[in-house]
Amino acid sequence: MTAPVYNFAYLDEQTKRMIRRAILKAIAIPGYQVPFASREMPMPYGWGTGGVQLTASILGPDDVLKVIDQGSDDTTNAVSIRKFFTRTAGVRTTTATVDATVIQTRHRVPETALTESQVLVYQVPIPEPLRFLEPREAETRRMHALSEYGLMHVKLYEDIARHGHIATAYAYPVQVDSRYVMDPSPIPKFDNPKLSDCAALQLFGAGREKRIYAIPPYTRVTSLDFDDHPFEPYRHDASCELCAATDSYLDEVITDDEGHRMFVCSDTDYCEERRALGHGSAVASHGEAAQ
Amino acid sequence: MNEQPLLIAEGLTKYYGRQLGCRDASFELYEGEVMAVVGESGSGKTTLLQMLSTQIEPSAGQILYRMRDGSVQDLWTMSEPARRFLLRTDWGYVHQDPQLGLRMGVSAGGNVGERLMAVGNRNYADIRATAADWLGRVEIPEARIDDTPRTYSGGMRQRLQIARNLVTAPRLIFMDEPTGGLDVSVQARLLDLLRRIVSEMRIAAIVVTHDLAVARLLSNRIMVMKGGQVIEAGLTDQVLDDPHQPYTQLLVSSILPA
Repeated sequence: MTAPVYNFAYLDEQTKRMIRRAILKAIAIPGYQVPFASREMPMPYGWGTGGVQLTASILGPDDVLKVIDQGSDDTTNAVSIRKFFTRTAGVRTTTATVDATVIQTRHRVPETALTESQVLVYQVPIPEPLRFLEPREAETRRMHALSEYGLMHVKLYEDIARHGHIATAYAYPVQVDSRYVMDPSPIPKFDNPKLSDCAALQLFGAGREKRIYAIPPYTRVTSLDFDDHPFEPYRHDASCELCAATDSYLDEVITDDEGHRMFVCSDTDYCEERRALGHGSAVASHGEAAQ
Repeated sequence: MNEQPLLIAEGLTKYYGRQLGCRDASFELYEGEVMAVVGESGSGKTTLLQMLSTQIEPSAGQILYRMRDGSVQDLWTMSEPARRFLLRTDWGYVHQDPQLGLRMGVSAGGNVGERLMAVGNRNYADIRATAADWLGRVEIPEARIDDTPRTYSGGMRQRLQIARNLVTAPRLIFMDEPTGGLDVSVQARLLDLLRRIVSEMRIAAIVVTHDLAVARLLSNRIMVMKGGQVIEAGLTDQVLDDPHQPYTQLLVSSILPA
């Protein structure tokens, strides 16, 4: 029995063409959700089938791929997808943000600023920002078409009424190029400002929901808010215990069952780079001693 | 009263396939005027109301509406965004079932504020203050502003729905059996409230009802429908006190003496 032979990067060429057409349309209409014929991928929904299909269709033999999951290069999801493309496309992979040409991400935007030669591919679970407010698909499409976005503010109003501030911490709705309201995928709202005016092309793929959308390079993306409750990116009031960074998004890690915890950069590559440059060594040794 | 009518319906006709929904309904409605549409089930009242509120497209006839800027426009030749904008600013629609007209999972304040946010108000404090003011006007305690309508009684839900519709100070409001499904004392209170608000704000209203008592209390004019056609129209007191058509006479005589 012969092993099955796959096309470069798993998907057949016709499928890639179909997805590329959807990508082009998505870039032409920033923030608009383009329906596409999502394929069955050899991994479960929720593992990034939308992002994987996007990556597969834009990947070339010279590309260098980086895959991150919640900022980290070494979690199951990231490792599996990286292995998948190593095997099916034979492309080089990296964990360094600066070396990568295609970065597939789940729930984070890298801390290192992206460049024009890079593409950022997001995995999206629910592409429709209005979904939980308006369950009818026909109605949400009409609302997008007519830019009737008052409802989005109802959600923010509810946040303030219940919590005293806008409590939405991730998947914070944005408006792209003053037109389409978009779900930026479940990235923390700390990352929202990075979407705006970004040098890299940003693609969003939802496999189960069969939608692709995009933010072209250097497009203005604004987070929705109220005049008297402006958008504020959230960050733990601490510095990374490994690299002493004060500007990165931090993960809270519980270190024992006695209430001790530490804050570390969620972007592992960023943290390693900084430690290699000698940042935070004293604090890092202290952190290791504590462990 | 302004001499120009606010809304003119001309020969409104709706066929559902070969089935007649409503035939050749024509009338004029002036600012601040309340018109009741009465008739039995299946007489075409709701069809007429849905045509007027642009939810269904008439098979024939046209609806002319005088906009705030004074220009008169045919509703079905307007663009869809303009029509939808009209529907959520200059008009209101009170459903018989408040669940259809409210967002049941959103707090009362959010329900009332939705229209304000839809027309571009982006100041939380203002929205909340307006919402609180409107809750007061429809006699809902301000302390309940953050509760969802799920926790409200039927009468409160209906009053909340009215507040939600009136917050943008519409000039025309459609009501489909506004007191249906409420008990008598709650009905009376709601009718009082409606009558007061409608006269205070000088809102024109078209009220569909099968309850002649509601029509008598609320409306200046009345239209009686049967089998998809308007069979009698005129001043409410005139029609109810001296009905000409046999069917209207039957309706009037069917009122149970209190």
